[in-house]
Amino acid sequence: MADFEPKIVGFLCNWCTYAGADLAGTSRMQYPPNIRPIRVMCSGSVDSAYVIRALLEGADGVLIGGCHPGDCHYVSGNYKERRKITVLKSILKTLGLDDNRVWIRWISASEGKRYADTISEMTSYLKKLGPNPLRKQWSL
Amino acid sequence: MRKEVVIEVKNGKVKETINSFLSELLEKNLVSALLVPREVPSKDNVVQSLVTTSEGLKEANVFAPVLPVNSAEIISKMTRLTSYKSPVGIILKPCEIRALIELVKLEQASLDNLLIIGVDCLGTYSVSDYQNLCRQGNSPFEELVKKFKEGKEDTQLREACRVCEYPVPSNTDLTVGLIGVDFLKGILLKSCTEKGEEVLEKFSFPEFDQSKEREKLVSKYINEKIEKRDGLFSQTKEEVGGWENLLSVFSTCIGCHNCMRVCPICYCRECFFESPTFEFGSEKYLGWAQRKGSIKMPKDTILFHLGRMNHMATSCVGCGMCEQACPSNIPLLKIFKTVSHNVQEIFDYVPGRNLEESLPLTTFRENELQSVGEE
Repeated sequence: MADFEPKIVGFLCNWCTYAGADLAGTSRMQYPPNIRPIRVMCSGSVDSAYVIRALLEGADGVLIGGCHPGDCHYVSGNYKERRKITVLKSILKTLGLDDNRVWIRWISASEGKRYADTISEMTSYLKKLGPNPLRKQWSL
Repeated sequence: MRKEVVIEVKNGKVKETINSFLSELLEKNLVSALLVPREVPSKDNVVQSLVTTSEGLKEANVFAPVLPVNSAEIISKMTRLTSYKSPVGIILKPCEIRALIELVKLEQASLDNLLIIGVDCLGTYSVSDYQNLCRQGNSPFEELVKKFKEGKEDTQLREACRVCEYPVPSNTDLTVGLIGVDFLKGILLKSCTEKGEEVLEKFSFPEFDQSKEREKLVSKYINEKIEKRDGLFSQTKEEVGGWENLLSVFSTCIGCHNCMRVCPICYCRECFFESPTFEFGSEKYLGWAQRKGSIKMPKDTILFHLGRMNHMATSCVGCGMCEQACPSNIPLLKIFKTVSHNVQEIFDYVPGRNLEESLPLTTFRENELQSVGEE
C-alpha cells in the first residue's frame, strides 16, 4: 500500500477554515493534495448524514473545519456541530465502526499554517490507517 | 401535592374498576373527553379512542398489554395545530408519556389542558401475539399477571418491554399503580401534580398506606430490568459490531421506512431520506456502479439507518415501535436502544425525564467536549 493516496472530504466553514485554506494557498504553503474541500456557510450546517454518506461512498477521511469555539460567525454553530459530531462518533464506536476517519478541527482565517499542517497530519494518519474498507463495498 | 389512595377492586375485576373511575371523571365533568385504549369489536386488539360518554368506556381496557402505536404521535396529531380549551384526559403507558415529553420539546404537541393519567406497565406483546392470545380465548392481561405474580419473565413479551427500565410512568398528573401493589384487591391511584390532586379531591377513596413497600418493590423490579438491559447491550455489541455484522443485520431491509413512520421521535413532515436530495438521474447510478464495480439497489439502506440514528438517538425512548413495524424482523430495538443509551449518557440526558431539560442537539455548553476538535 505504498502508493495509497487517501481521499479526504472536507466540509469547511466559509468564515474561518475556508479562508484559512485560502490563506495557505496564497501564502504558497505546501500541503498534500488529498483533500476535496466543500465550502459550507457554517460547520453547524454539516449534518451527520453527509459525513456518513462520504464514508459509505468510500472517502478515507472526513474533515469538518469550523471557527474556534467562541468565534462562530453565527454565534454557536460550531458548538452545536461539536455535539453532532460527538453523537456521530459515539454511534460509530458503539457499533464497532472506526470513528477515527472523522476529524473536526477549529482553524481560523488567519491560520493558514494550521490548515496546511492539519491536512498533512490527517493525510499521513490515513496513509497509516489504510484505505476505507467501504470503498469497494457494494451492498450498503 | 402527592396524595396516594386506593380504589377497591371487587372480585379481581381490575379493568372494570378503573373504567368506572374513568366514567366518573366524565360524569363529574372533570374532563370533557378521554383518550383511552379500547377493545375493538372483534375483541382481538386494542386501539386508542377519544371517548366522550361513559357508554364508550365499557370496552375500555387500559391494562391491555399491547401497543399498536405509540400514542405520543396521536396526541401530537390532536394538539399540534390548536391546544385544548377544556380538560381532556389521556391514558398512556410510560414510554408513551416519555415520547410525548420529547414531542412537546420538539414543539410538536401541547400539554395544555391535558390530564395525563399514566398506567404502570407490565410489558406488552406484539400486536400479532396479542391477537393470537385473544383468539385462543385467553385474556392476555390475566395471563401476564399470573406470570408477573409468580415472578416469572414472560418471554413472549416484546424485547423492548423485557428490558424496559421505566415500568412506572413519570410526568403524570395521576398514576395508576400496579407494581408493588396488591392490585387484584385494590389499585393505587396517585396524584403527582396539583391538577391531579384537584381530581382526587372530588373522590373519597381511602388512603394508600403501603407507599414504602411499593417503592421498595418498584426499585427492585427496575433493578432487575436494568440488569437485563445491560445484558442486551453487551449482546448487541457482539452481534452487530463491525461493518460485516451490521451489513448482515440490515441485509433484509426492504426500505419501506416503516421504522421511521412509526417512530414517535421521527416527527419531520418530510423525512430527509425521502426528500429530493435522494432523487438522482440515471447517469448518477451508472457512475456509482462504475466506481465501485456494482451497487445495491435500492441504494442507501445503511445511510438511512445510520442517519436516522444520528437524528433521533438523543431522544429515543426505546418503545420498540420500529421493530414491531419492521416487516423483515430486523432487531432494531436492541440496536437503537444500545446506541441511544451511550449517546444520552454523554449529555446526561434522559428523554422524557423533565420538560425543562433542553434537547441535547439544540443546546450546548462552552466548556464541554473540549477534546473534540483539539486532538
